[in-house]
Amino acid sequence: MRFKAQVRVTLKESILDPQGSAVKRALHAMSHDNVLDVRIGKHIELVLTADGPESARRQVQEIADRLLANPVIESFSFDLAEAGGETG
Amino acid sequence: MRVGVVVFPGSNCDADCYRAIESFGVDVKYVWYQDRSLEGYDLVVLPGGFSYGDYLRAGAIARFAPIMDEVVEFAEAGGLVLGICNGFQILLECGLLPGAMLPNAVPRFRCDSVRLRVENALTPFTCLCHPGQVLSMPIAHAWGNYYADEDTLSELERRSQVVFRYVNEEGVPTPEANPNGSCHSIAGITTRRGNVLGMMPHPERACESLLGGTDGRWVFASAFEFLSGGVALGRLHLAGDGPRH
Repeated sequence: MRFKAQVRVTLKESILDPQGSAVKRALHAMSHDNVLDVRIGKHIELVLTADGPESARRQVQEIADRLLANPVIESFSFDLAEAGGETG
Repeated sequence: MRVGVVVFPGSNCDADCYRAIESFGVDVKYVWYQDRSLEGYDLVVLPGGFSYGDYLRAGAIARFAPIMDEVVEFAEAGGLVLGICNGFQILLECGLLPGAMLPNAVPRFRCDSVRLRVENALTPFTCLCHPGQVLSMPIAHAWGNYYADEDTLSELERRSQVVFRYVNEEGVPTPEANPNGSCHSIAGITTRRGNVLGMMPHPERACESLLGGTDGRWVFASAFEFLSGGVALGRLHLAGDGPRH
C-alpha cells in the first residue's frame, strides 16, 4: 500500500522563534497590528509504501524523530493518508 | 601524530584547517565523508561550511554520513574531536555534545571578529591557555544561537564544560558582546571528558598574522601539546569521569 504523510515540524512553544518575530514585525509594519504571534515551521511530505497504516505510522514517527525534527528544540505532528497510484 | 580533516559535501573550511594544521608541522590528511575508518588518527577535525547545503537543519544530514559512525566511536574511545562552526552543529546533531543551534537571535548571517574568554583551561584544546585569557577569532554563521534547556545548561556550567564564552573588551560576557543570542554567551563546549570540543568561532582562520590574527593557534597548539604528552593527563581533572587514556 502507498501512503502519504504530511509532517509539520515546529519550534517548541518554549523557544523563541527569531524568524517568526521578524515576520511579525514586518506584518505590524504593514498595519496588521492585530497579528499577535507568528511561528515558522516546516512542512514535509513523504510518500512511502507500507503493509498497512500502522506500520506506515510507526515508520513516519521514527523518521520524524530521528531526522526531520530535532527533539531538543522542535516538536512534530503528522497526518497519514492512503495515497493513490501504483505501489512502489 | 596524525590529524584528519573530514570533508563533507559542502564543507568549505577544510582547506583552511588543513593549512593551519600543516603550519605546525603536523601530519594532516583529508578524510572523505564516505570513508569508514579513522585508524591511525589522533585528532579529527569537523570543519566549517554548509554540509548538505544546511538542508533541513545545519548538520542534520551530515550526521548520517558514513564517517560519522566512526567519529562517534572514535570520540567514545577517548579520541580528540574538534568541531568548528558547521562541525559544532554536526556534533550537536549527532548527540556527542548536548543542546542544539537556533537561528541567530537577530536573524542574519554574522561575519565578524569576536572575543572569547577561556573558561576552562584544563581541556586538551586549551591546556596552553590560562583561565580567563581572551582570544580574538572570526565568526561566520547564521545558526550559532546555542540553546539547551536549563538543566543541561547548569550541568554544563557545573562540570566546567563551557570552554569559551563571548565577551566584550573588558573580558565580560554581556548581551552586546553575544553575537548570536547563545544561552549563557556560550561559544564552545566540551564533553565531560573534555576530548570533544565544539565551537562556533573559527580558530583555523586566526592562525596567520597576515590574515588578521594568530589567536586560533592556541587551540591547535594546545591539542598538539596534549597529544604529544606535553601536558600530563592528570592535570585534566574534569569533574566526573576524566579522560580514559
